[in-house]
Amino acid sequence: MKLEIVKSPYFLAGLTIISIFILMALLADVISPYSPVEGVGPPLQPPSPRYLVGTDNLGRDMLSRIIHGSRIMLTIVMIAVCLSGMVGTIIGLISGYVGGVLDRILSFVMDSIYAFPPLILAIALSVALGPSPLNAAIAIAVVYIPTYFRMVRGQVLSIKNELFIEMARALGIPSTRIVLRHILPHLTQTLMVVFSMNSADAILTEAALSFMGLTVQPPTPDWGFDLYKGRGFILAGAWWMLVFPGIMITLLALGFALISEGVSKSASRG
Amino acid sequence: MKEVLEVSDLWIKYYTLSGVVHAVSGASFQLGKGEMVAVVGESGSGKSTLGYALLNMVPKPGKIVRGQVLLDGVDILKLGPEELRRIRGSKVSMIFQDPFTTLDPLRKLGTQFEEFLIEHGVERAKARAMVKEFLVAVGLPERAMHSYPHQLSGGQKQRVSIAMAVALNPVVMVADEPTTALDVIVQRQIMDLIDDIRKRVGTSVVLITHDLALALERADTIMVMYGGYVMERADKKRLLANMIHPYTKALFESLPRMSQKRMPKFLPGYPPDLRNPPSGCIFHPRCAFAQEKCRSVAPVLNEIARNHFVACHLAGGEQ
Repeated sequence: MKLEIVKSPYFLAGLTIISIFILMALLADVISPYSPVEGVGPPLQPPSPRYLVGTDNLGRDMLSRIIHGSRIMLTIVMIAVCLSGMVGTIIGLISGYVGGVLDRILSFVMDSIYAFPPLILAIALSVALGPSPLNAAIAIAVVYIPTYFRMVRGQVLSIKNELFIEMARALGIPSTRIVLRHILPHLTQTLMVVFSMNSADAILTEAALSFMGLTVQPPTPDWGFDLYKGRGFILAGAWWMLVFPGIMITLLALGFALISEGVSKSASRG
Repeated sequence: MKEVLEVSDLWIKYYTLSGVVHAVSGASFQLGKGEMVAVVGESGSGKSTLGYALLNMVPKPGKIVRGQVLLDGVDILKLGPEELRRIRGSKVSMIFQDPFTTLDPLRKLGTQFEEFLIEHGVERAKARAMVKEFLVAVGLPERAMHSYPHQLSGGQKQRVSIAMAVALNPVVMVADEPTTALDVIVQRQIMDLIDDIRKRVGTSVVLITHDLALALERADTIMVMYGGYVMERADKKRLLANMIHPYTKALFESLPRMSQKRMPKFLPGYPPDLRNPPSGCIFHPRCAFAQEKCRSVAPVLNEIARNHFVACHLAGGEQ
């Protein structure tokens, strides 16, 4: 099964894209040609050999900004996805295994969150918590908790009726152990799919929050915020200020989507 | 003989959306050390539910409404969750019908076995030694502990289940159709293994089966259930010589026999709907001897001779 995943072209393509972005974030200081926050040339220069993707309205090198922008994006998205994955999975396990009134209450709460349009909820939470990268991550996490919850709960409901769970109960294995050692391992593959799919979503949500200025403060380089700024210069013909940050957001989301596709394809093949 | 298991007046109902199912109605029986009782009956007669009740593990929406299950003198229906967890697997254990799905497919057998022992307070090093010892005792090679369930055959898996079920010397082992999913040769081996353990360790066995021949071959006592009621319970030899309940007779007449050149007799009609059981004796709609009294009054289980219990209004008149 593991080999299957690795052989999947979707998975490989996705992994390559993500790896490049991660490397870019790690080596940002080394590979950027200029400082991302200081003006290094004339403003609104189109792409040229000297400024590969042009400069912005303050004369900052767009390439350096884009490279550095991957840091904040990846950090926020990873914190958000790990947080919502963890919380959603734990609540889902408890809700599904315990069942009864607790399950109904938790499901009700989760469904209420799920019923909101994710972006609007994320914006509302972000505003309420105040603009900062960590708060943005928390807002994104809350929005996606129900995704994990619903998936995990559903799987637990079906696995808990398997005979080996009944056998474990008949052998006096404690409930927490049954959940963690006998149910959770059966969820790994599905969790991987949801995790990567969810990362793709979270990237778009993060970009939207940045666009509204709810994550970092200028002059910190950030793709979403650069998009927002570039918007004002499109009539001036500065298309590079919009196009390049946009491509980065799309590519990163695509990378995660490809991974999820690869994993789910090999999972369904069994 | 000292009784290790005493079930008295046990009533179990399933509260389903489409009504209350009367799964077990007033079952009582005792079991001595090292004895085997076979609970026989058709599907839906409440025998499996009874088996689960012996571990106080009746699946939802089932509920034990009344009764007592004394295991070594302790009423397990009154125990809290933690106490209950501790006796499951150590004082009373269960093996299931389908050995193919009773083991966690993602974990090695040895790991599962060890986990179980450790949860019951066995030290890690000792647990490992015990796993080896018990796998060998049930006729598997030591290296089976490194296998995953899918690498073993059904019979081998059932041996692992049995090894786990007896490792802590339980007082009672419930075997819910342990051989139904296996072919006859493996069935014989598994039953021999259970018999062997019973004699060597003194574990009493509750064998739940619809295989009458198997019950007659292996058990000391036969308990016939129908529609949740115990119809007749007696020592095997006595029962064979002197069946009293019309249902017991019908059940035994439905067994094909090599020595007789006639078709086995079938019992006409269907098992009762346990959501809406018939009045009086649960068996009266299908009973050839039903009388007026049978339609209105449910018979109680009477001891008509030593260790021979019958729930029938006609009992005694027919002897």
